[in-house]
Amino acid sequence: MKKIIMTILAGILLTFSNVSAGTDDENSLSKKTSGEVKDCFEKVNRGIFAFNQGLDNAIFEPLAKGYRKLPVPIRHGTGNVLDNLSTLMTVPNNLLQGEMKKAGQNTLRFAVNTTLGILGIFDPASGLGFDASDKEDYGQTFGTWGIGEGCYLVLPILGPSTARDAIGTIGGTIAGGDPWYNVTVKNDTHYFTDFDYYGSSATNGINFRAKNIESFENLEQNSMDFYASVRSLYLQDRRQKIKNSKKVTDTMDDGDWEEIESN
Amino acid sequence: MSVKKFLIKFSLILVLFSSFIGKSFSLEPEKFVQSVVNKASLILTKDNFTKEQKIEKLKSIAKESVDIQGIGYYSLGGHRKNLSADQKKKYLDVFEKYFLKSFASRLAEYTDPKIYVGSQKKLNEKYTMVSSVLVATQEKPEVKIDWRIVTKNPDKPLIIDVIIEGVSLAKVQKEEFNSVIQNNDGNINALLASLEEFINK
Repeated sequence: MKKIIMTILAGILLTFSNVSAGTDDENSLSKKTSGEVKDCFEKVNRGIFAFNQGLDNAIFEPLAKGYRKLPVPIRHGTGNVLDNLSTLMTVPNNLLQGEMKKAGQNTLRFAVNTTLGILGIFDPASGLGFDASDKEDYGQTFGTWGIGEGCYLVLPILGPSTARDAIGTIGGTIAGGDPWYNVTVKNDTHYFTDFDYYGSSATNGINFRAKNIESFENLEQNSMDFYASVRSLYLQDRRQKIKNSKKVTDTMDDGDWEEIESN
Repeated sequence: MSVKKFLIKFSLILVLFSSFIGKSFSLEPEKFVQSVVNKASLILTKDNFTKEQKIEKLKSIAKESVDIQGIGYYSLGGHRKNLSADQKKKYLDVFEKYFLKSFASRLAEYTDPKIYVGSQKKLNEKYTMVSSVLVATQEKPEVKIDWRIVTKNPDKPLIIDVIIEGVSLAKVQKEEFNSVIQNNDGNINALLASLEEFINK
């Protein structure tokens, strides 16, 4: 059943992603695409965005503020455990992106931090020279393979995404590409339960929200169209991550700035 | 000495002098960014300043070190070609007020940002990119901040964009403005109204 749902979802999203990619030039300033952004379902997206904001105000922000009151060592340890778990998703994506050295380094990091670091609470791997590398997911892998981002989407609870990232993240997980999901939800290992997966995902969200309380408030207060600002931030951030370059100048399109000169 | 000879000598001295002046006062973008960061940091760490005082001081730093008009034009994207002279004048006026208010209130939230300016890379005759790092705290990890500097006039470099971990703030603003205009059937006056509303709130 899951496979059927995923196939249908992938079909719909890729159809729209192809349609919008094909009409890029004609509609570059149309309402559908608003410049470089392919916001094919803007009305629906704005509705879900408003719903997510309501949910955030009622649940996530208060939880994040409460979480911030915990002692720093506890928050730090929790963040380390979550980062360690995310390595399970990063390693297969390192391999799929041809980053063998990073895959090996991240595997060693995971082994050291899970054992010596007591389930990832501590990070002895960094001290041993295995520095943390960037997180990778299937959306990013698809991007490095040259698959376009497709339409911008706002997912209920999960927030901003694109057709490619949604298929990559949700599809990749359900199809068995996330080892943490496999040992908690997909397979009955007797060691973990569904709660471990969903609990860690929720804590991850709260941890992220807690780190960004002021930034979100600031952005909301200083935006005339908060939805558009979040959309731009998300898309730029994803494009930067897919380029896997630390140098900003390698990833920037200077064509934008030449426009001013012609004014 | 004939008048002709005197004029030639005088012109030569003038040319040499002006090139010396040009060289001695041209400011390296990297040093320019460091000086702006230092000035802002000095204000943000002053305990005897109220938040409002800090905002006013930050505004005056922005006025002398940011290409506000350039950012304003960039933020409008292709829409600026449809502006009448009156609309352009009004837009630039409103944009400056909007920018200063938004910029200063965003920055005033920081108490003691420690930014280390590193290298610079000349992109072309008009722009240089300066790299810096916002030092990690117990709460937040290290953040990479790059500054796009307009170097058309080497004596007076100006900041035109700040790129945080690869995210261009000018681009965010451009896409936000575009969204406001597009969602009001391409009416630029809707953007002007939104900007005025922001200034007055």
